[in-house]
Amino acid sequence: MLNRGRNIEKGRVITRRMFILAAAKILLFAGISSRLYNLQISDREKYEILSDKNRIREWKTPPQRGIIVDNFNKVLASNDRVFQLHLILDEINDFDVTIFKIKNLINLDQFEIKKLYKKKERLKPWDTLVVSDNLTWEQFSKINLYLHELEGAKPVLSTSRFYPYANDLVHIVGYVGDASPKDLEKPEIKENFVPGLKVGKYGIENSQEKMLIGNYGIKRYEVNASGKRISQIDYIKERQGNKVNLTIDIEIQKYAQELLKGKAGSICAMDIYTGEVVAMASSPTYDPNKFTHGINQKDWQEIRNNPLKPLINKSIAGLYSPGSTFKPLVALAALEYGTLDPNKTIRCKGHKHPYELYGVKYHCWKKEGHGYMKLRNAIKQSCDIYFYEMARLLGVDKLSIIAKRYGLGTNVLRDLYSDEKNGLVPDTKWKRRALEQSWYLGETVINGIGQGYIQTTPLQLCLMTAQIANGGYKIKPHIIKDESINYKDVINKIKLDQSNFPLHERNYLDDIKVEFYQRMYHKKSNINFVLDAMFGSTNEQYGTSYKSRYDDPKYQFAGKTGTSQVRRITDLDRELDLDTDQIEYKKRDHALYIAFAPYKDPRYAISVIIEHGGSGSKAAAPLASKLIKRIIDRHKLREQFNIGNTSLA
Amino acid sequence: MLRERIQASNYSFLDKLRSIDYLLILLIIAIGSISVFAIYSTEGGKFSFYTKNHIIRLVVFFSLFLVLSFVRVSTWYKNAYLFYIVGLVLLITVLFFGISASGATRWINLYFLNLQPSELMKIAVIICFARYYHRIQSSDIQSYKFLIQPIILLIIPCYLVIQQPDLGTSILIAGSGIAIIWLAGLNIKYFVYSGLLLLVSLPFAISILKPYQKSRILTFFNPDRDPLGAGYQIIQSKIAIGSGGFFGKGYLKGTQSYLEFLPEKHTDFIFTLFSEEFGFLGSIILLFLYILLIYRIINVGLVSRSFFAKLYCFGFATAIFLYVFVNIAMVLGMLPIVGAPLPIMSYGGSSLLSIMLGLSIVMSCKIYNQEQISAY
Repeated sequence: MLNRGRNIEKGRVITRRMFILAAAKILLFAGISSRLYNLQISDREKYEILSDKNRIREWKTPPQRGIIVDNFNKVLASNDRVFQLHLILDEINDFDVTIFKIKNLINLDQFEIKKLYKKKERLKPWDTLVVSDNLTWEQFSKINLYLHELEGAKPVLSTSRFYPYANDLVHIVGYVGDASPKDLEKPEIKENFVPGLKVGKYGIENSQEKMLIGNYGIKRYEVNASGKRISQIDYIKERQGNKVNLTIDIEIQKYAQELLKGKAGSICAMDIYTGEVVAMASSPTYDPNKFTHGINQKDWQEIRNNPLKPLINKSIAGLYSPGSTFKPLVALAALEYGTLDPNKTIRCKGHKHPYELYGVKYHCWKKEGHGYMKLRNAIKQSCDIYFYEMARLLGVDKLSIIAKRYGLGTNVLRDLYSDEKNGLVPDTKWKRRALEQSWYLGETVINGIGQGYIQTTPLQLCLMTAQIANGGYKIKPHIIKDESINYKDVINKIKLDQSNFPLHERNYLDDIKVEFYQRMYHKKSNINFVLDAMFGSTNEQYGTSYKSRYDDPKYQFAGKTGTSQVRRITDLDRELDLDTDQIEYKKRDHALYIAFAPYKDPRYAISVIIEHGGSGSKAAAPLASKLIKRIIDRHKLREQFNIGNTSLA
Repeated sequence: MLRERIQASNYSFLDKLRSIDYLLILLIIAIGSISVFAIYSTEGGKFSFYTKNHIIRLVVFFSLFLVLSFVRVSTWYKNAYLFYIVGLVLLITVLFFGISASGATRWINLYFLNLQPSELMKIAVIICFARYYHRIQSSDIQSYKFLIQPIILLIIPCYLVIQQPDLGTSILIAGSGIAIIWLAGLNIKYFVYSGLLLLVSLPFAISILKPYQKSRILTFFNPDRDPLGAGYQIIQSKIAIGSGGFFGKGYLKGTQSYLEFLPEKHTDFIFTLFSEEFGFLGSIILLFLYILLIYRIINVGLVSRSFFAKLYCFGFATAIFLYVFVNIAMVLGMLPIVGAPLPIMSYGGSSLLSIMLGLSIVMSCKIYNQEQISAY
């Protein structure tokens, strides 16, 4: 009985303890359930993202660069088909072996192999290594033939930048190359960059990067734990960059470049109403296509060491004293300020009796002298003596107001080119500030013939000519088509204003700011006087560019020659009076010419500079003459095309 | 009258069939079927090696379970110590002739099966202890004389299993043994004291752990310590479970396992795969099935007359609970990764065999629940 009682007691203990255990179990299971709830319901989103991060990997696909076209939609920069060899790194077991095989197939040298290894180190194990971005057809077909032996090798048909007009446009369009760390700091590149993408290095390619670069595509793949692609989930297509439409006419550009062949210099041509740059040639040039896949050392040294400096865009980065091409502007300023009566006569007596100021002698270029000159004749025959005196009377500060207003002293294309120069239009304030010296009258005198401190770019001279030729109206020079300008309206507006008698609400003799397409002159007759004098310079006997004239009114143009000294002319030089080709190249004068055409109802302005070309009339004017004919021949086509185009817009 | 029949020990076959716990069998079949689907999913929806093997094992061991269920509970009782000794011998055999895999020597090659004796030992300890405490008077339980024997019986297999090394199984063996000592009614103070002792000695215990075990424990406290190494499994497991959400990603659509981010997905991490594909809902249902299974086993204990059967059933229920809890808590990142399979679900012959064996003893307790077992 006792035993039995004990047994009952023992059974009770076991059962009681079982229930305590069961309670603990329920508690622990509740803990598990709440943990499950936490993970799967509260934090679900977090883990979903983590899971997607695990399984989805993105590959960016490079966009095609926007094309660049000329005024007539002719392609200036395109995307050409190229053969490339890529290596998919995660498909390669032994990188060394693969590289060795490839090396034998496409003949890589030690240097290139080293570069590949370096490149590989920077890549992630699932990235793609671009072994070569420009294989020859022969190499490409060889790779394809042995493809089964090459782990992870992927022959790719891709596109790369191609410039069909190569040398003719490099200074305008620029070129592309691999992105430098500095390039990658630019937001437009940073946002759209894909490894291997080429970016603009100079010119339009560089400054219009935002337009041209496009947007990369994204390919999303599901990958497994070892990074192997399982399936493609998503493909957001890449977007090609926008087209950039230039105002350049490639035919004229090509011709200008051809005219400059073998010389160092620049030719610029501009529509005097719309401000469109029609041509902007700089010589010598180089082939931008060489830069696309990285230029080789030999070619690079050749370009860099060329004494004629092909890398400098002479139209906007070359600084020259304007020489006599400055004279129309000096005359205009003197007339506007009423400094002198155009009928005033000054005698040019030749080298024996030069102009004298405080004991310093200033010579005319013409040894035997021009004799008695009035202003029109002085412009026409480019008499220095007349301009010395006129400049002295005018003063440098008044001259600088007018010179700046007509486009000198500031860069023309604003921020489009990083290397564009401002040039220099000196005045007394400038000298005091920059050189901490006071101004000497003698400096005013030589400023009157475009020598001394004054420095201009060829494009500035072209703009100056355009703004005189259009009757003295401020225009907006540009090289990329501006959708906001309705060309027809602009031309009509200026032409309507030209035929009206101007009312003077403002004092144009003050240093005022003038809006685009507004007049800049004080008296219309002064502009007309200068234009007429330039006509004389080209189309009348004794005019400095008489030999380059056209009699056909269709092509008839007016211009002004210029010869810019690169050094001080000594008395010995004057005595020797050597011909240009007898002087050492570096010491020869720069030859300049500015012109507008046609004389009746002008439409284009042009500037020509031949470095060390000698005299403007011999070296520069003939080139301008040839180009003017070409421009005018193509005018109708351009007009139809542009107006047709704008009316559509 | 009934009593007479019992005394006579002549249950008719019909009686036996009537006494079977059909709900328990149904639960085993349910969890078994779920496991087949889960294993099939680990192979990416292909009917190949693991799925085939798992099905064969399920069928064989389930049949074994049915057959062994009809063994008299007194037979189990009589052979309890033998069972323990066989287990111990096998463990020692492993020590000398075991086959190794990934740094651990746990298996004996039986040609048709790589037997893992530590799994059998889990059951052996329970049945051995159940017999031991069956015959001890409740007044003697508190005495040191009777306490020292089970402690030695427990320490030997635990030590052998740790040597393999297999910390997880060793802890589970110890846990089941301690559970029975608790059920038998040992004074609560012993548990409190030994618990305190364990806490104090923890630093020493950690110092004798293998480096990989240490790193697992450190990783448990901070999985991001080494996300691609020791912490990888737990991070990926949590991602898989968490991303499953309420309804799961759908059957065969668990990206974490399909894309091989999950390690050990057929064995220790089978719950992760299941939870990723079937979500919170599926996990709770599976958990509920295990709770029901444990409840049914406890129920058998409650209706049994003998202490042996009661102790065995309650002990086995606790063991099942421990296996389930340790495994799930582990894959949820609540416990360190110690290597503990999920009963029935996980792929692994020995584990399945020992569970089925354990269940067949439970069933025999149920069928022969009125059987009295003499203390001697």
